[in-house]
Amino acid sequence: MPSPAPILTPEPHGPALASLSAVHRRRGPVQALDGVDLALPAGQVTALLGANGAGKTTAIEILLGLQPADTGEVRLFGRHPSDLAARRHIGVMLQQAQLPERLQVGELLALTRSWYPQPRSVADCVALAGLDGLLPRRYGRLSGGQQRRVQFALALCGRPRLLFLDEPTTGLDIGARQQVWHAIRSLVADGVGVLLTTHYLEEAEALADRVVVLDAGRVRAAGSVGEVRAQVAQRRIRCTSILPADVVATWPGVRAANIVDDQLVVMAEHAEPVLRRLLDADPQLGDLEVQRAGLAEAFVAMTTTADVMAGSRQEAA
Amino acid sequence: METAFDTGPGVSLWRCYLLDTRCELLRLLREPMYIIPTLLFPALFYVMFGLLLGGRGSSEAARYLLATYGVFGAMGAGLFGFAVTLSIDRERGFFALRRALPAPPSAWLVSRLLIAMLFALAIVLELATLATVFGGVTLAAGQWALLWTITVLGALPFCAIGLLLGSIASANAAPAWVNLLFLPMAFLSGLWLPLSMLPGIFAKLAPLWPAWHLAQIALGVTGQVGGATPLWLHLLVLCVVTVACCVLALRRLARAV
Repeated sequence: MPSPAPILTPEPHGPALASLSAVHRRRGPVQALDGVDLALPAGQVTALLGANGAGKTTAIEILLGLQPADTGEVRLFGRHPSDLAARRHIGVMLQQAQLPERLQVGELLALTRSWYPQPRSVADCVALAGLDGLLPRRYGRLSGGQQRRVQFALALCGRPRLLFLDEPTTGLDIGARQQVWHAIRSLVADGVGVLLTTHYLEEAEALADRVVVLDAGRVRAAGSVGEVRAQVAQRRIRCTSILPADVVATWPGVRAANIVDDQLVVMAEHAEPVLRRLLDADPQLGDLEVQRAGLAEAFVAMTTTADVMAGSRQEAA
Repeated sequence: METAFDTGPGVSLWRCYLLDTRCELLRLLREPMYIIPTLLFPALFYVMFGLLLGGRGSSEAARYLLATYGVFGAMGAGLFGFAVTLSIDRERGFFALRRALPAPPSAWLVSRLLIAMLFALAIVLELATLATVFGGVTLAAGQWALLWTITVLGALPFCAIGLLLGSIASANAAPAWVNLLFLPMAFLSGLWLPLSMLPGIFAKLAPLWPAWHLAQIALGVTGQVGGATPLWLHLLVLCVVTVACCVLALRRLARAV
């Protein structure tokens, strides 16, 4: 088992728009953040990845001033996040925020624009977020994808220099997702910094300049998409087979084996020896597919290694 | 909440108040389950108990209930307007989003206070019309103005209680909590019928309820005060309740996400 030593590339150059330095935060019995450093530069998309409970939400809420850090320093445009003047430079899309259902889209947009000194024009917001024809509609009568686009419009209506996007494309169809990606790319090209969290790892791969992987309140890896993916040189083997997953999981060189959609999915250090053994053990094996691990697997491998570590520490104790 | 009055260049606080008030008003007006009970029930009860049942023969009941149903209406506007909308906004994350975005914290409070007072005003004007046209109630112009002012400002302590309830209760539980507080307090404070018509224990307990104190002030205008408690004591109780509930609620809201 290779050592899971976190590889941390140096923070990007240029002053950060917002940062966490050695931030700790305990929530009840859980150490939600355990010494996290995070810097959000201008003109880049930083993707924050991690399983549920890894500390993503806590990190975002501390950066937004929604909860305090126990120790460590939080900076938003050089100020404390509770400072209204600092928050005038940010736009926010929260994953769990539902807007008032009985207000029309245009009313919500007018309200949010009033909070900023130099808001984008309504026409620009409509164009960037794809709200054509939605302004007179009530928010509660929109589809989930349309609601998500309204939230995106509210996030960018104040001409923010830093955007917090928590799961921005959940519930969007492919076309709408492409439109949001396009809007994010054009904002970033104008120098806007973005903090993105997402469950769609292809979204992080498509958009992110930098990836930060959080696990159990610590930064497990940080760097470009390529650098993080290179941490895990594993292959994913998919096939239809009668072999039980729990048996395959015990084979040497196999990291994990599961049944997904009636198919056997094996994560392996090296594909070839495992393939040889699979074909020997099940001559009927079919639908074979071998892939290089994407960001999703890189990330799962990192976090599961940490779980194994935690488990062995407990056994030792 | 420490930067409530810092808006900086380019952001007009008045515009924020105006748009917030407009949005909140539209939300409420589009919610029939809220608007009908709040704006129409006090007048409906007044017609039934003040004019049809109690009003026969004398305008004494019509006068008494004019003052107390105004208090009843102001209570409802304050309690429901704050508790229910705050609990919903908290639970659905809109409150957190507003806090993360640069919404001036005072705008939330100011807009809802204005609306509660506006609804209280609408209710007392409905009652005044019914009382003069059908109840034969006559008051001097100064008395009317004083009664309306007391009732409209009287919504504030109940806004504060609603704020506290809304900062604690879930969106599902908030209406139930408000009703649990609202209806018994209205009865025990003599808003529906004078406490002198009930066993003595009710009059002894009455100083516990903020609504009783407000009702005593309002009845002072129509000349129907039951007890001998001085005016300043009623005002003091209402101020203490308002400040205490506001402090507790704002502390809770500052902590909670």
